[in-house]
Amino acid sequence: MNPHNQSIDELKQTAAQVRRDIVRMVHGVNSGHPGGSLGCTDYFVSLYFRLMNYSTDFTMEGKGEDLFFLSNGHISPVWYSVLARAGFFDVKELSTFRKLNSRLQGHPTTHEGLPGVRIASGSLGQGLSVAIGAAQAKKINKDKGLVYVLMGDGELEEGQVWEASMYAPHHKVDNLIATVDRNGQQIDGSTEEVMSLGDLRAKFEAFGWHVLEADGNNFELLLPAFEEAISATGKGKPVIILMDTEMGFGVDFMMGSHKWHGVAPNDEQLEIALQQLAVKVAADY
Amino acid sequence: MYGVLQQATIPDLKKKKTQMKEYTYTEKKDTRSGFGDGLLEVGRQNPNVVGLCADLIGSLKMGAFQKEFPERFFQVGIAEANMMGLAAGMTIGGKIPYTGTFANFSTGRVYDQIRQSIAYSSKNVKICASHAGLTLGEDGATHQILEDIGMMKMLPHMTVINPCDYNQTKAATIAIADYDGPVYLRFGRPSVPIFTPADQKFEIGKAVMLNEGTDLSIFATGHLVWKAILAGKILADKGISAEIINIHTIKPLDTEAVLASVAKTGCVVSAEEHNRIGGLGDSIAQALASSKPAPQEYVAVNDSFGESGTPDELMEKYGLTENDIVAAAERAISRKNA
Repeated sequence: MNPHNQSIDELKQTAAQVRRDIVRMVHGVNSGHPGGSLGCTDYFVSLYFRLMNYSTDFTMEGKGEDLFFLSNGHISPVWYSVLARAGFFDVKELSTFRKLNSRLQGHPTTHEGLPGVRIASGSLGQGLSVAIGAAQAKKINKDKGLVYVLMGDGELEEGQVWEASMYAPHHKVDNLIATVDRNGQQIDGSTEEVMSLGDLRAKFEAFGWHVLEADGNNFELLLPAFEEAISATGKGKPVIILMDTEMGFGVDFMMGSHKWHGVAPNDEQLEIALQQLAVKVAADY
Repeated sequence: MYGVLQQATIPDLKKKKTQMKEYTYTEKKDTRSGFGDGLLEVGRQNPNVVGLCADLIGSLKMGAFQKEFPERFFQVGIAEANMMGLAAGMTIGGKIPYTGTFANFSTGRVYDQIRQSIAYSSKNVKICASHAGLTLGEDGATHQILEDIGMMKMLPHMTVINPCDYNQTKAATIAIADYDGPVYLRFGRPSVPIFTPADQKFEIGKAVMLNEGTDLSIFATGHLVWKAILAGKILADKGISAEIINIHTIKPLDTEAVLASVAKTGCVVSAEEHNRIGGLGDSIAQALASSKPAPQEYVAVNDSFGESGTPDELMEKYGLTENDIVAAAERAISRKNA
């Protein structure tokens, strides 16, 4: 059971609140990664407020639950906001993001015992392997929960991703739904300028994955894609969603550019962003 | 003269009657077989134990475990980075993964994966590393890692174990399943004498006294423990009473045992099949420097890579024989008495 099971209208409200949290968190400490966080907000909100089965009484194993792993750990602001809004910890704690003695480290970690986080990430390319291992442990345990993992598209340049991509189909890890945040941007420019990723569908299909595509910034399109992905599990192949997103989505001056990958807005920019992210029901931390 | 070692002078010692505890063996075996047999046994004892191997099942002696527990064994192929991540992920479902590959590919090749996904994340992964050091022999320096103890001991949360013979490796392999946390277990390829009792309990972090002595302390790990015993006999014949201690756990170091021994003997030889930088010797020196410094001589590889050759030839060329330990002991005693 998803503890929230929100309607599309409610998901949109939650997403706007999460985006407010993101820009306020990175502004508050003048560092962090707003671009990818804003782009993936609808993905996170879909998982935690509609699709995943989990309990906010967090356990490391998550017996019988769906598990989520974030491989591109730098988009921690969106994950922290969603975990807090979903009920894993008090939203007030979001104000400690990236500060000394905080559980909300710059990149997610288990070290400080933050509920919802099962592995450290930040050094790229490692999350898919971890998620596959967790999925295989679920199979040994005859646990029906699914394992979700999100990777950035630039992250696919790491070799370990392709080691893992070869392994999962070979071992028929079919209780796994990976997603690539295909925003086309990385630190030094567009992915196609820096290191062209080419035809990702063809690449993953050649490796033996069940490949789906989705619009990651439109709930009306994203939810059906997820439902298709869930129904594709248990059929002998790992599933991957190539999810188109726009970096900085929801804040017009941050959209579509790699420039807001790891830069915080100033006071004036924050005000403009918050005006664009009005919400009706929730409240800022 | 610079570069030439001073002749050790050991006044009056030759007249002393010195006895060394007798150590014998009837069989030689490789420590990796101790790992393979231990893995099978711990697999029978604990259903959460799983095995992962990067295309080296035969070399790591993991075949018996694979055969008996096919549903708990995972062939990863030549993809060690992925193997470390998989193992970290499996711990989340309560599994106790034992990863198997050569020491080089268990550490240097995958340092960042171990650092982030295993050590920093405090995952209960047992990194089992064969063919450590020079004694894998003819394959040469690409495969002879001499830096692995240093890399692994520098990682917070990591336990580092280097057992000395078949029995101790088997016991260690079984014991680490009961410890909740990441472990680096280092062993090797050559057949070496089995001299520890088959029923000796393996206690992580607890040094093993092999011979009590008064003139110097020899702290040895891994394959060098047997060499230390051989050296102890030679030293006893010369009237030198060597205390010999097996440091199978380099981290956490049994500081208490080290300090107690050196308080009695006043000087030290450390012996390891590893670079002299960053290994057991440095751990001993650090413990002594923080408490009561003492003259220390290193028997270790002198900051170089290895090369092709037979294990014995390599140990000779790189200064890791019982005679090297004897010479180091005489230097240490001479410095103590200077």
